[in-house]
Amino acid sequence: MDKFGYAQSQKFDTYASRLMPREEYFTSGHRSCQGCGEALAVRWVCKAIGKDAIIAHATGCMEIVSSGWPQTAWMHPWLHVAFENASAVASGIESALKVLQRKGKLKGPMPKVVAMGGDGGTTDIGLQSLSGALERGHNFTYFCWDNEAYMNTGIQRSSSTPYGAMTTTSPPGKMSIGQHTQKKNMTAIAVAHGIPYVATASPSYLFDLFFKVRKAIETPGPAYVHVLSVCPTGWRSATDLSVRLGRLAVETGVFPLFEVVNGKYRLTVEVPKLRPVNDYLKPQGRFRHLREKERDFIQKHTMAQYQLLLDKCGASYPEFPVITEPEEEKE
Amino acid sequence: MAHRVGMEVSIAISHAVQMCRAEAIAAYPITPQTHIVEHLSSMVANGELDAEFVNVESEHSAISTCIGMSATGARTYTATSSQGLALMNEILYIVSALRLPIVMTVANRALSGPLSIWNDHSDIMGARDIGWIQIFVENGQEAFDHSVMAFKIAENHQVLMPTIINLDGFILSHVVEAMEFPDQELVDKFLPSYHPRFQLDPDNPVTMGAFAMPEVYTEVKMGHQMALTGAYEHILKVWKEWGDLTGRRYQPVEKYRTEGAKILLLTMGCLSEVAEVAVDEMREAGLEVGLLKLRMWRPFPFADLRNAVGSAKLLIVCDRALSLGGAAPPVLAEVRSAFYAMRGRPQTASFVIGLGGRDVTPGDFKNIVAQAQEEAQHKPTQEYHIFGVRG
Repeated sequence: MDKFGYAQSQKFDTYASRLMPREEYFTSGHRSCQGCGEALAVRWVCKAIGKDAIIAHATGCMEIVSSGWPQTAWMHPWLHVAFENASAVASGIESALKVLQRKGKLKGPMPKVVAMGGDGGTTDIGLQSLSGALERGHNFTYFCWDNEAYMNTGIQRSSSTPYGAMTTTSPPGKMSIGQHTQKKNMTAIAVAHGIPYVATASPSYLFDLFFKVRKAIETPGPAYVHVLSVCPTGWRSATDLSVRLGRLAVETGVFPLFEVVNGKYRLTVEVPKLRPVNDYLKPQGRFRHLREKERDFIQKHTMAQYQLLLDKCGASYPEFPVITEPEEEKE
Repeated sequence: MAHRVGMEVSIAISHAVQMCRAEAIAAYPITPQTHIVEHLSSMVANGELDAEFVNVESEHSAISTCIGMSATGARTYTATSSQGLALMNEILYIVSALRLPIVMTVANRALSGPLSIWNDHSDIMGARDIGWIQIFVENGQEAFDHSVMAFKIAENHQVLMPTIINLDGFILSHVVEAMEFPDQELVDKFLPSYHPRFQLDPDNPVTMGAFAMPEVYTEVKMGHQMALTGAYEHILKVWKEWGDLTGRRYQPVEKYRTEGAKILLLTMGCLSEVAEVAVDEMREAGLEVGLLKLRMWRPFPFADLRNAVGSAKLLIVCDRALSLGGAAPPVLAEVRSAFYAMRGRPQTASFVIGLGGRDVTPGDFKNIVAQAQEEAQHKPTQEYHIFGVRG
């Protein structure tokens, strides 16, 4: 197998649901909220990783719901240290495995090394240690569980919170529309490190997620997978809509699913006709306060970002929603 | 056969780490620790040390990476100073709670601000309560010996506690001294290959770093406290074993000319050698002065200290860090607590010396003794003095 052949391979395209692994590595009994999209993502990512792996996890929702002593939901060897250093811990694990294997002290196959963290632990406080680990080229995969705010501490805004969203520290008011900054483009930051594999994924597209995890894990060198994790508690959405919202995020172009192999972008889920972004915003209470003007702005911004991505992918434009100018701007 | 060498103490420490066959090192450059890791990285580059050397992007990541290394089962080493130790602070507590036997050299240096690269003990005193074993060394030979012994202590399955070796930045780390290096065979026999009690292994998965609810947190911390104080006897065993092999014996509190002494100076680190000169001169002048050198800082050797002080009347504690706005500088606070409940306790006097690289001479120690004597007789005080403040 050439160095990056695995990531370019199409062999997973023939996968069927009955071929998916039945082993559970993120077990039931953890304490996540009803309808947690993140727990679903973790469960399937762990299935795709397989048994021979070591996980370093950042502090955050998934750590808190799964590892209250004396219980654990993790069937993998699993290490939690702090909020901002999962990538550094994974760097240490990977380096130690190398020297132990060289010295013949490692029994069995070389385990895969995995780091996981939420959007706060990745795009904010953990960005430095992630950047360091990507730059040093450790053979590990980083998973960002992006629920778009600090949900564990009570829904505070992060740099991954989208424009217009209401959080407890970006509340809408007379002087504010809520979060007034755009979501940090974490995948572009990862790509800028020149690493061999970067992807976005969503548990609403399980096969797509599964294949990407397999590719990321098997690719030598650092890999980064950004997983949109619908959070009914923080997004103020119905708990039975989590999978639906994940699909709407893709169908509206808000969270496109793509992969970047050696710097080359490829759209993995193509949307022939983009739905209006309002279809995605409407079921979520965090966008409830937005007026037509802001929704229109989000629509335009989403389409502009989507076009930039399609240009990078060399893909043709789909049919975009028609934008009607709001009343107040016509006057 | 052991052989004598003359080299910079930092380089000697890197040789100690090499002879211990450290397997994984993560470090970030900070003065005055840099020479240690520079030489280690060149040893790795030249194939003289079979280890992974990870150049991390901060001290916070250095110690975090060390956690990953140690938890995976590699013999792990790092070194830092000052701001670096302060940046690690959050993680240092977690290392000891995870019971990972990481060995770290701290080349002691003042904390900013104002920025100072020079020596005092304010960095390690800020990390006093991190739950690690903490040892101070006085000269190059001690720095070498204790670096080797630290691995053996830390990795003992009854101890499993990270260990810091403190040496004074520049005034010890950067001087060339004569030292005796043991043979590799002796070190190999003394310190066998590291086999962890718990490690991250897919065939035997464990969850490390689980969180604790109020029902168990107190018990976990109690366990930590017992493990750290319980490490005391194992530390002494390892020191004795090394002493039997090399003839160099170490005590938690070292005594220098304390027989019949009415006045005792107490120092830590390499200023002890300067104080020895002062004690010699004062003894010649007929003054009954002795010196105590506090080597073991954590666990604190209460009984050894009480025994060492014996019947001395005046104990002069020389701190090299401040506790701003507090009742006492850190060493004095511990020492005074050690004696407070005792009948016939010695009077204590306190001087903070050598802050931020300020030179301390034998003459200074003589002045300190004179001033302490004067005060003890005429105006006893609980206050401490910052010695040698100008203007």
